[in-house]
Amino acid sequence: MNVLPELIFNKSKKGKTGISFSFNSFENNTIAVDKKNRRDDLGDFPSLSEVETVRHYSNLARLNHSVDHGFYPLGSCTMKYNPKINEAVANIEKLSAHPYSPNDLVQGNLEIIKTLEKYLMELTGMDAYTLTPAAGAHGEFAGMMVIRKFLSSRGNPRKIVLIPDSAHGTNPASAHFAGYEIREIESNKEGIIDPEILKKHLNEDVAALMMTNPNTLGIFEKNIKEISDIIHENGSLLYMDGANMNAFMGIVRPGDLGVDVIHLNLHKTFSTPHGGGGPGSGPIGVSNELKEFLPVPVISEKDSMYHVNYFSKDGIGRIKNFYGNFLVLVRALAYLKSLGHENIRKVAEDAVLNANYLRKKLEPLLNLPFKSKTLHEVVFSDEGLKVKTLDIAKRLLDYNIHPFTVYFPLIIHGAMMIEPTETESKETLDEFINAMKEILKESEENPDFITNSPYKTPVSRLDEVYAARNLILRWEKGEQN
Amino acid sequence: MRYFPLTNTDREEMKKEIGINDVKELFSDIPKEKSYFSLKNFPPMLHENELIRDFKKYGEKNTFSNFSSFLGGGAYDHFIPETVKYLSSRGEFLTPYTPYQPEVSQGSLQAMFEYQTMISMLTGLDISNSSLYDGGTAAAEGVLLAARKTRKKRIAIASNIHPEYLEIIKTYVQNIDIEIDIVEHDISTGTINPEKLDSILTEEHGGILFQSPNFFGVIEDSEKISGIIHKYKGYSIQAVSEAFSLPFISSPGSNGVDIAVGEAQSFGLPLSFGGPFLGFIVAKKELVRQMPGRLVGQTVDSEGKRGYVLTLSTREQHIKREKATSNICSNQAWCALRASIYLTLLGESGLKDISKSNHLNTTYFVNKVSDFSNVEVKYKRNFFNEIVLEIKNMDSELFLSELKKKNILAGIPLKWFFEEYKNSILVNFTELHTREQIDNFIKSVGELQ
Repeated sequence: MNVLPELIFNKSKKGKTGISFSFNSFENNTIAVDKKNRRDDLGDFPSLSEVETVRHYSNLARLNHSVDHGFYPLGSCTMKYNPKINEAVANIEKLSAHPYSPNDLVQGNLEIIKTLEKYLMELTGMDAYTLTPAAGAHGEFAGMMVIRKFLSSRGNPRKIVLIPDSAHGTNPASAHFAGYEIREIESNKEGIIDPEILKKHLNEDVAALMMTNPNTLGIFEKNIKEISDIIHENGSLLYMDGANMNAFMGIVRPGDLGVDVIHLNLHKTFSTPHGGGGPGSGPIGVSNELKEFLPVPVISEKDSMYHVNYFSKDGIGRIKNFYGNFLVLVRALAYLKSLGHENIRKVAEDAVLNANYLRKKLEPLLNLPFKSKTLHEVVFSDEGLKVKTLDIAKRLLDYNIHPFTVYFPLIIHGAMMIEPTETESKETLDEFINAMKEILKESEENPDFITNSPYKTPVSRLDEVYAARNLILRWEKGEQN
Repeated sequence: MRYFPLTNTDREEMKKEIGINDVKELFSDIPKEKSYFSLKNFPPMLHENELIRDFKKYGEKNTFSNFSSFLGGGAYDHFIPETVKYLSSRGEFLTPYTPYQPEVSQGSLQAMFEYQTMISMLTGLDISNSSLYDGGTAAAEGVLLAARKTRKKRIAIASNIHPEYLEIIKTYVQNIDIEIDIVEHDISTGTINPEKLDSILTEEHGGILFQSPNFFGVIEDSEKISGIIHKYKGYSIQAVSEAFSLPFISSPGSNGVDIAVGEAQSFGLPLSFGGPFLGFIVAKKELVRQMPGRLVGQTVDSEGKRGYVLTLSTREQHIKREKATSNICSNQAWCALRASIYLTLLGESGLKDISKSNHLNTTYFVNKVSDFSNVEVKYKRNFFNEIVLEIKNMDSELFLSELKKKNILAGIPLKWFFEEYKNSILVNFTELHTREQIDNFIKSVGELQ
């Protein structure tokens, strides 16, 4: 029997509803829409009662692994604990204003935005922020457009953006949509950007280097100052993907290292929940000379009142409706205020300590291609094992552990990218280490057992090739779903 | 601090294991002269009881809730049943990542599959993705989708779409090879004139993006518009900024629209000062391989049982990098989940009843103010829940501020966006407005005659 609940469409019965609402009643009130514009039929749109709806989604919920359930060391995603108080704060009704409310009625919300901007400036050493981007990739896109606009104002937007081969796929995609050609730079033996290799790629067409720091191998780009000097000498700009900010929040400020533009992921470093894939928030911070190119709206403070400016002469324009994902900003601010100056640094210290502990314990068991110092995450390879990374990942599911990120970064064969974060106990790390030991032992003794896993999950291994070849992207009446 | 489970003993043991004396040694690759900067500008930590007080203070500085609001314009205040809030706040939905490991993500994946189906049904189109950031970015993705599929460089856009959507589209295309042609609407009807549109469109156009109901709340003749663009082998793209219009007016698909994009905040998401909201994109089957963002597909497990996975990922940035159909990675998955719960709970009759009530609350107001000399409803028919109210006897800002004195937010000043509507406001009614509130609004408008 399938443990998945029936689809709602198969449970539906006309006439059922799950709501109760008192409507206004009017005398002599008629519909003012022509018949040809009216819709009278919603076809097979489902109808369920309240209790059936509650059971449907409660049963679905049981099929998910989540941070609230167990360890989730998904590398580069910073799956830290999402504090519950932040949800309570985001649900304060008096924050849920209409975005076009007159400014004087939403001073509290504007103050929240400005306060978070100020904290992020302080943490990253950047001179100005926009909080409107909806996700990391959205921030990258906005940031690259800011760079383009700035360079255009100096006479030439240039053509090329350099991106290391270890970068996240959103980097080249975002730079492409900002109108740039991509050139990949190879990482050196230490797994980082080599200033000498970088120099070979530089010419007057290079607009920027997009650098993730620490990079996706969990290694700090220790030549960053030299790199930023080389880049700036070339008249190019340094963009930093701050997805991995958890590794050094409170330890060092990217702005002090020569970074011109940075994006942060509030749904990673700043503890806002990932929601099964979103909503996120990807603020960008810039140096003073790029400030005027930020997107609208821009909030300013004058005579102890906050004002919203919808127009900006030189800015890239608008990238998102209203003020961005505001309630994500609220959660991030609540997190920072909960930490305070006493604890901000501890985030990075414990996150890096945890990652190094895992590295130390797993290094005897797994191949570690890049041996540079590990910050918040460590990436092993499946080379020399009898099973593949995917198989180990699937077997981990049986231990109630969400696997690490698999097959990324691309420069490592069968990459296993492990990021424990600071919100895990030593006991949890030890359980993970033991699980890995057991799995690797099983894989020596009985590899088939691992390649056929998982066994304890709601469904067994799913056929992704079948899904792509036989596209079923929705329920249809009479079809088998 | 309660978010750090390591004890000092743990830390000592781990440092010993790693072979360091001080955790600072782990950061030795970071330039020393810049590290461990001063955090003196940060306030001290707030304990849980202090934090909630602190944020309530921000709430107290917001005074909007003392007002009866008729603001719409792409963000609508609708009824949200407690069941929706309760179910969507479960940690199983709130705290996982994108479902990369489908065997332990069937809850999210099946809900997304159901969401894709419901959005397809509501729009009368074939395939929906599993969410985009918001209505404006969805409109931009719709433009890019049409251009990509037709390989044409020009897209026509109606001047009466949501002004922010237009701004966002312009931002998105500013550095890539796509030209935008604005199709001016007819001020006397508030809508696109099909004959005029025909005279503007050419074979060079990959599509026309229009909005219905448009920014002025008026329903467009999407069937005619679609017919015209099809003559030129382009795509008809309909934006929808008020998803509650979908159950009430004829669907995009039934009118020949190829791509529908828009904002589904109305389905269970609070106003939230504008976000997070829920962008949707849904299209005809032929466009599926060019779709942006995540798609959930049905498959089988190794025992042949039904299950769901993310599919067609070869379109996406993590595989295709700069050749991907979009750069999107994180989307608004939880918002889509919330919309799914909302739509399931309402069901067909709930959706129909609420959308009809939106319309009837609006017509009631329109009829009542038709006798007034100081205001005129500019477009008197074929609106859904939003109308343009022209102020005849005073400046629209003065009108708004007079009503604000009576604790009424009467509408959005259209002069923010359109010179030709400088003395008009945009007024929205939803099912949440009680008759008493609407009567009070009408009375207050009458007193300004």
